[in-house]
Amino acid sequence: MPQAIRRVLPQLLTLLAVILLVSAFFPGFLQVDYERGRLVGPIIDVIKRGAPVALLAVGMTLVIATRGIDLSVGATMAICGACAAWAISSGYGLIPALAVALAAGLLAGLWNGTLVAVFGIQPIVATLILMTAGRGVAQLITEGRILTFTHDGFAFFGSGAILGLPAPAVIWVLAAILFTLLVRRTALGLLIESIGINRRASTLAGINSRVLLIAVYMASGFCAAWAGIIATADIRGADANNSGLWLELDAILAVVIGGNSLLGGRFSIAASVLGAMIIQAIDTGILLAGFPSEFNLVIKAALVLVILVLQSPSLAPRMARAARRRRGTPVGRTAAREAGE
Amino acid sequence: MIKTLLATAAAVSLGAAAQAQTIGFSQIGSESGWRAAETTLTRQQAEERGIDLRFSDAQQRQENQIAAIRSFIAQGVDAILLAPVVATGWDSVLEEAQEAEIPVVLLDRQVDSSEDLYLTAVGSDLVHEGEVAGQWLVDTVGDDECRVVELQGTTGSSPAIDRKTGFENAIEGHDNIEIVRSQTGDFTRTGGKEVMESFLQAEGGGGEICALYAHNDDMAIGAIQAMKEAGVNPGEDVLVVSIDAVPDIFQAMANGDANATVELTPNMAGPAFDALEAYMEDGTEPEKFIQTESKLYTQDDDPMAEYEARKDLGY
Amino acid sequence: MLLTIRSLTKTFPGTRALDAVDFDLRAGEVHALLGENGAGKSTLIKCLTGAYQRDEGELHLDGAPISPASTQEAQALGIGTVYQEVNLLPNLSVAENLTFGRQPTRFGMIDQRAMRHQAEELLSGYGLGVDVRRDLGSYSVAVQQLVAIARAVALSGKVLILDEPTASLDARETAMLFDVMRGLRDRGLGIVFISHFLDQVYEVADRATVLRNGQRIVTEETARLDRLRLIEHMLGHELEEQTTEGARHAAQPAAPDERALHFDGFGRRGKIEPFDLSIGRGEVVGLAGLLGAGRTETAEVLFGVHPAQSGTARAPEGPLDLGNPRAAIAAGFGFAPEDRKTDGIVADLSVRENIALALQARRGWARPLPRAEQNRLAEHYIQRLDIRTSDAEKAVGDLSGGNQQKVVLARWLAMNPRFFILDEPTRGIDVGAHAEILRLIEEVTEDGMSILVISSELEELVAVADRVIVVRDRRHVAELTGTEIATDRIVRAIAAPDAKAGEAA
Repeated sequence: MPQAIRRVLPQLLTLLAVILLVSAFFPGFLQVDYERGRLVGPIIDVIKRGAPVALLAVGMTLVIATRGIDLSVGATMAICGACAAWAISSGYGLIPALAVALAAGLLAGLWNGTLVAVFGIQPIVATLILMTAGRGVAQLITEGRILTFTHDGFAFFGSGAILGLPAPAVIWVLAAILFTLLVRRTALGLLIESIGINRRASTLAGINSRVLLIAVYMASGFCAAWAGIIATADIRGADANNSGLWLELDAILAVVIGGNSLLGGRFSIAASVLGAMIIQAIDTGILLAGFPSEFNLVIKAALVLVILVLQSPSLAPRMARAARRRRGTPVGRTAAREAGE
Repeated sequence: MIKTLLATAAAVSLGAAAQAQTIGFSQIGSESGWRAAETTLTRQQAEERGIDLRFSDAQQRQENQIAAIRSFIAQGVDAILLAPVVATGWDSVLEEAQEAEIPVVLLDRQVDSSEDLYLTAVGSDLVHEGEVAGQWLVDTVGDDECRVVELQGTTGSSPAIDRKTGFENAIEGHDNIEIVRSQTGDFTRTGGKEVMESFLQAEGGGGEICALYAHNDDMAIGAIQAMKEAGVNPGEDVLVVSIDAVPDIFQAMANGDANATVELTPNMAGPAFDALEAYMEDGTEPEKFIQTESKLYTQDDDPMAEYEARKDLGY
Repeated sequence: MLLTIRSLTKTFPGTRALDAVDFDLRAGEVHALLGENGAGKSTLIKCLTGAYQRDEGELHLDGAPISPASTQEAQALGIGTVYQEVNLLPNLSVAENLTFGRQPTRFGMIDQRAMRHQAEELLSGYGLGVDVRRDLGSYSVAVQQLVAIARAVALSGKVLILDEPTASLDARETAMLFDVMRGLRDRGLGIVFISHFLDQVYEVADRATVLRNGQRIVTEETARLDRLRLIEHMLGHELEEQTTEGARHAAQPAAPDERALHFDGFGRRGKIEPFDLSIGRGEVVGLAGLLGAGRTETAEVLFGVHPAQSGTARAPEGPLDLGNPRAAIAAGFGFAPEDRKTDGIVADLSVRENIALALQARRGWARPLPRAEQNRLAEHYIQRLDIRTSDAEKAVGDLSGGNQQKVVLARWLAMNPRFFILDEPTRGIDVGAHAEILRLIEEVTEDGMSILVISSELEELVAVADRVIVVRDRRHVAELTGTEIATDRIVRAIAAPDAKAGEAA
């Protein structure tokens, strides 16, 4: 089995299990129809609704790989959405609106990255500043109301379809692929992992960890900007109070479900976006199953708990060993060879 | 010294004869468009009546509100409007106002203090709002079968509980109307849209849904978008009724996408000022709770005009 | 005898950290425990305080056998320890720190007045004018140290272990500490004093025990222990013994104008006083001195880890900027640091990635080293340096210390630096790897690489260095060339403040 597939196998299996579980409560979960030039069905809703968290998870993966965390992405979404809605409703047109939103996201990342890399503030504290202040900034832009607009071009990013697929889904898939290529086809991935594992040794080996850290937070801001654009285009309005609210926590959860360590180092973007899809499949499944809404959070928490326990360092290797034993591979061989050197 | 005292006494008697003069208003903050509209309307009402309004924004903190009330008392205002951020902890500051003989009117929310400590409370009845919405649906569908989906507010919040109760009260006894799905959309547009998408999936693409009841307009607006994207015609295929009467829902009604909304009026100050005026003039004690009207608006009420009237209130 | 240790033995996988060590502590004495890094001092202390469990041997306190299983138990028995970094809570008051865990209570509440009173009483013998109600953190490190000592004495009261207590104190504070130590000694406590500063040992200690490689070398009254002899014991050389001359320094050192790199007046306050240094192509310069004397500091200033505040660096092509490690690398420098776990390896990355890391950092992120090239590099160095690993994809953290060191060396050799700084390249490495690394140094200098090697092992320096520079008290104090390079000369230069040991640097 290729290394890349083996890395995301637990997440793929988990996603499959969640889909099967939801299907048990809502049999039409996997049904997909083609209507009016687009695919429709619950599973299509999952990949569309999961777009903001998946995008945030792409950036969050990189930040967490450097042993950091970015709590500000939800607030950044609100700021970027507000910027885009302001530009559209002021009549600047599509391209300037996208440019303003993305610039705001990059600026938010630059702010966070500078606090972390230059001033040495702990990431959780540094990004907490923007997390709490960011919504205020967004409200200043929207003047405290839901800033609505009518612009079909911009709304396309929320509800349009490309080759029958929802535009938000296409955007997050593209973002995941592009960022994966960016870090794996260049040396960025290695360098990011290296500073995440041992920043001091990496600096002594000549890695410019300061610039790299800032870049990683800017990438997170960039992803948050796209998430904000999608969320704003989706409801054709910028809701500074609610856009991206608490999504930073879902994004962190997606990264964790993706098997990435919060202590930094080795990372997989593919596994993180699969984690985001797992979370969204649970969310959508709960809505479809029709339980009273009081149970939503309890069910979600219970499922996430089960997933994390199954993936936990003390349980997962045991299960993997058991699986290997069933396939007939002698367990002790590799271990023995390594011990004998 | 004596001259000053005399002048003050004269001013007081003159003022009392003319109008209520200086009124302090301790507002919670500006967390929602509705509250911004309430602030705007209070200022407007004060201006119309020639009242000098002292405004204080508490930014969601009770200690700021208490400080503001104390400063109003120190300034010797004639009355205080208070939109309390929480229900408890007001006794001592309300007693201080009482000792200074300054009447206090509560806006929009209640407190857990003794009724003697404030003049009256102005607010809407959340259950009643739900009943108005439900009654409209009962009247509209007549004897036809109607499967209703409901977008609840934030789980456990009092508007969500009361508006649900009111709606259920109104449709009770009308067995042709049934709530088939009910989920929380957290009072947000995104939430309304996402949950409506799942309702449409679960209810055969929307063909089996007769009406949508949303606990606020924002969720209804999100749901309308979800229906449009799914090829369902909101306002015709699915009746849409919601609560709040924010400007955007009037636009939707003008477009034929929404059918009815129940107003939660941000004009709490109007009735408050009326009550204060009567009280100051001849000491008329108002009721302890003044319920604002929960007015129903439909597509026949010139929604475009209503939109124009509301859009600059700060929603 | 207050405390007796007999044949204490502790082994860790691959090393015998303590080998049948005997140690005695009398009541009313200050007993210095000396030795270079890795000699076994901290292992001995940890066995005493219950942090480690000994493999063999006996501990007796007041004649009764003891076997502490935890620091708390050791404390209860009467053995208290104060570490270099004060282990107290700076955000609590002095009084709370002193009485923490056994505050006087009244009606179930902490009795503030009694607590203050108790704290003041505890501190009374120490001559400290501190307000016990203030936060501990508002006082200097020295005061915090004394408070920690007062707490340890109050809790334990028989044996007090001070682990490098003076490392961050200035002269006046050190004197204050010594007064307190003498006072406690006179009250009948046994004090174990660990320090790298020999002057201090002579000033305050009654006896000294030297450990080396996990063995006790000597225990002697300090008054009868000659300074030179003491250093010999620590470094493991007998002056009388005629050390074989190294093979290299038969050759004359390169004339100054042929030298490739010149550092003039290079220094940084608090790290190393300004020094001059020139290094020729293919030359190996050794740096000798006791721990903390300025060896690693010299290396870190040269490599830009702590950039120099004074002086210039020059190469044949012009002046060099050494403001940070990246600049130093751009100038063709390499640095294999002393603590390879925290400063050298990137533990979770593979052998291949660790070897390619510096090369990749220099190429920039946009030009990744092709995988085939990485594999070739990894295979090449795994063979050339005989790195023992199952394959190049194994995480470096899973290798043994010697192999980790070889990976770090490989990382820099792959860069082909013109100047390579090796800080303790053979520390904690088995004999085989040791010889390989020395051979490697010979090999690469033949290709013109210049090397600065720092080592506590004098034979090693004698064997590989063309010149040896001696540091003491953060200054370069001597330079030995040619036939001067012999362990006895080096030891003398390290020891004797006034010994004429070659030209002053």
